[in-house]
Amino acid sequence: MASKLLLSQLRTLTNLTYRRFINPEFICPLRPELLIGSRTYSDAPHLPPVDPVPSPIIGDNPLRKTKISSSLNQAELAKFSAISETWWDAEGPFKPLHAMNPTRLAFIRSTLCRHFGKDPYCAKPFEGLKFLDVGCGGGILSEPLARMGATVTGVDAVDKNIKIARLHADLDPVTSSIDYLCTTAEKLVEEKRKFDAVFALEVIEHVADPAEFCKSLSALTVSNGATVVSTINRSIRAYATAIVAAEYILHWLPKGTHDWSSFLTPEELVLILQRASISVQEIAGFVYNPLTGKWFLSDDIGVNFIAYGAKIDE
Amino acid sequence: MNRVIFKVLRPIRKYGLRTFSAATSDLLNASHNHSATTGILEKTNSTDNVPQYDVAIVGGGMVGVALACSLATMPLTKHLNVALIDSNPALMAGGSIKKEDPPDPRVSTVTPATISFFKGMGAWKYIQLHRHAFFDRMQVWDYTGLGYTRYSAGDVDKEVLGCVVENKVLHRALLSCMEESNMQKTIYPARLSALDLSFSLKSDNVSSQPHANVAKLNLSNGDILYAKLVVGSDGSKSHVRELAGIKTTGWKYPQNAIICTVEHAVENRCAWQRFLRSGPIALLPIGDNFSNIVWTMDPKQAAECRSMDEADFLKAVNEALDYGHGPHPQSETKGGGGLFSWLKLDTTPSANEPFEVPPRITKLASERMVFPLSLMHANSYVSKRVALIGDAAHTVHPLAGQGVNMGFGDASSLSRVISEGVAVGSDIGEISLLRRYESERKAANIAMMAVLDGFQKAYSVDFGPLNVLRAAAFHGANYISPLKKNIISYASGEQGIPLFS
Repeated sequence: MASKLLLSQLRTLTNLTYRRFINPEFICPLRPELLIGSRTYSDAPHLPPVDPVPSPIIGDNPLRKTKISSSLNQAELAKFSAISETWWDAEGPFKPLHAMNPTRLAFIRSTLCRHFGKDPYCAKPFEGLKFLDVGCGGGILSEPLARMGATVTGVDAVDKNIKIARLHADLDPVTSSIDYLCTTAEKLVEEKRKFDAVFALEVIEHVADPAEFCKSLSALTVSNGATVVSTINRSIRAYATAIVAAEYILHWLPKGTHDWSSFLTPEELVLILQRASISVQEIAGFVYNPLTGKWFLSDDIGVNFIAYGAKIDE
Repeated sequence: MNRVIFKVLRPIRKYGLRTFSAATSDLLNASHNHSATTGILEKTNSTDNVPQYDVAIVGGGMVGVALACSLATMPLTKHLNVALIDSNPALMAGGSIKKEDPPDPRVSTVTPATISFFKGMGAWKYIQLHRHAFFDRMQVWDYTGLGYTRYSAGDVDKEVLGCVVENKVLHRALLSCMEESNMQKTIYPARLSALDLSFSLKSDNVSSQPHANVAKLNLSNGDILYAKLVVGSDGSKSHVRELAGIKTTGWKYPQNAIICTVEHAVENRCAWQRFLRSGPIALLPIGDNFSNIVWTMDPKQAAECRSMDEADFLKAVNEALDYGHGPHPQSETKGGGGLFSWLKLDTTPSANEPFEVPPRITKLASERMVFPLSLMHANSYVSKRVALIGDAAHTVHPLAGQGVNMGFGDASSLSRVISEGVAVGSDIGEISLLRRYESERKAANIAMMAVLDGFQKAYSVDFGPLNVLRAAAFHGANYISPLKKNIISYASGEQGIPLFS
């Protein structure tokens, strides 16, 4: 009954039009061998295969702000540049992620412009808003959000990611304002930090306790703020594409990157967000069309999907 | 069957519209040795006093300025900071065009698609202040006397088929439109001398590829600037293309085009094109009693035509447009079953219009200019932080005059792609974004180039059966109305390839 209710709610959600703004032709063609799934930007290329139930969010690093300072030696810097190259090389190993990025940003732009009552025909609609990117990796999401005018804080439990993100962001005056911190969502909750919108894209499937994680996201969001979460569905198709094909056949991801059983279905995600006082407003799927070589937003939430919810006024 | 259709298509396309894109490259080549300074606003920014821009447009010809205008008028791109690099003094002078001057022989036939692009940017109102000539009819025939085709705008429920405008008018209109906009723009009256595409603002030892976040441009006057995106609109000999290491494919035609302005006793409202053994000759209305001639022939003949005295030249042109080189095609209005009467499935109102002889030319109104013809296509239109538009990306056989329309199509497409990139917070020099522009335009441009090249080849052979096929093509084009409508739409730049759309 409850699940039936949820299902019908989901149907309405996915039927909402979020495409006003979105040109599905955004994305550059992927290489044919990468026809599969998508994702993984919180997995840094240099990381060893992640253990089955990793929790990169619960780090043990002391809270610290990592800035590349002049005290760093050149060898270190060169090492980071080498890694940074793979994060930011649009033709490199992260190409699928770069290809998909505009699609999820199009979703974010259209939903959040509506949520915050901003003009979608403005180049920097998010000016004056504070955004938090949880699991920011090399900053592939944080930088575009900053270019769209937001005051962005990016956090990642992996210190190296933060360094790479900092190094890259400093190259552009617009993105150099991003505040990158090597910390966790939980730590920020302890500090009572609040943001207008909180993003956790492709992160939740890697945390030990998704329900607790959602509570943290909620606690970091101001009343009537927005939360955006994306992940992979626990479906047979997702198993075939994101795990069997991507990890075992194409070796596109290290084996063991994803544990199918830790994936969440859209119903489950809506439920745990609801319990964390976030009411999901829209869900969309990301679908790759191998014929056109393009990613687009769709009602098909069978594999990759993204949800946007509003923090319920407490 | 396919073969027949293909043959049918070829000769027809040609009547598309013609243009001389010569002006752009002329402007660019004509430039030079200006040392900077006249009323330039220097925008200095942050580090080292080197100005930084979002977009640096190298080449301020028609297509380059059109891109700047297009960016200035779209909501998501109007805030971009644009540098325009061209040593052509016209960019700075803001000069005006004298109405009494006879028309310049360098003209373009702009298609309805280009007209709506101009209207969208608010540039068309400036064209209307100057001489321009709409035409609503077109007649195409050849020297064999076996067939002819007449098109009229009414066939596709349009008011006009195209508009002939002098290149200097197009350029002036776009400059006025750009000046009127609030966009932050800086004009550099210089040429590009060096381009560093892997430059990092954080130049400390790590200026390796991954950190390249801007392009660094060195100009001939010593200025240096940074830009996220460098656009090469610097003509067929593009320096940007060369510096970015983009290769091209192409060939020269063993033909030259001779162009000039002529005067008639009466006003001309029709575009005329006739295929001669040596190449096509076209007569385009450019307003008042003036018309423009574009006559393609082998280089030796072209040199003769340029040097002969005015009376002889006029006689040669009048002959070429009338009885010279072969008989008139027969009008088939009386239903007299000619060779191709079985094709008469008609149809469009213009199908029954009789063949007409173009108005006689009475006077030469400009000097005669000769241009070599060639076809060139860049192997890619984009690389990291670089995009090529217009003649820098493709030069076509000018006989169909699609050149500048293809360039305006590029400018429109690139500005749209940049706008979409801004919408999602992309770095506008990112290759993955720029590839969207390339994939959109390359297919369209290659199709057009293949068609135009096919024309040239189809008419470079004088062989009986082929002549009959070409004639059949004319008849097909004249009498099969869906095909005819399709062809007109394609030539107007409004749709893709006929039969495939």
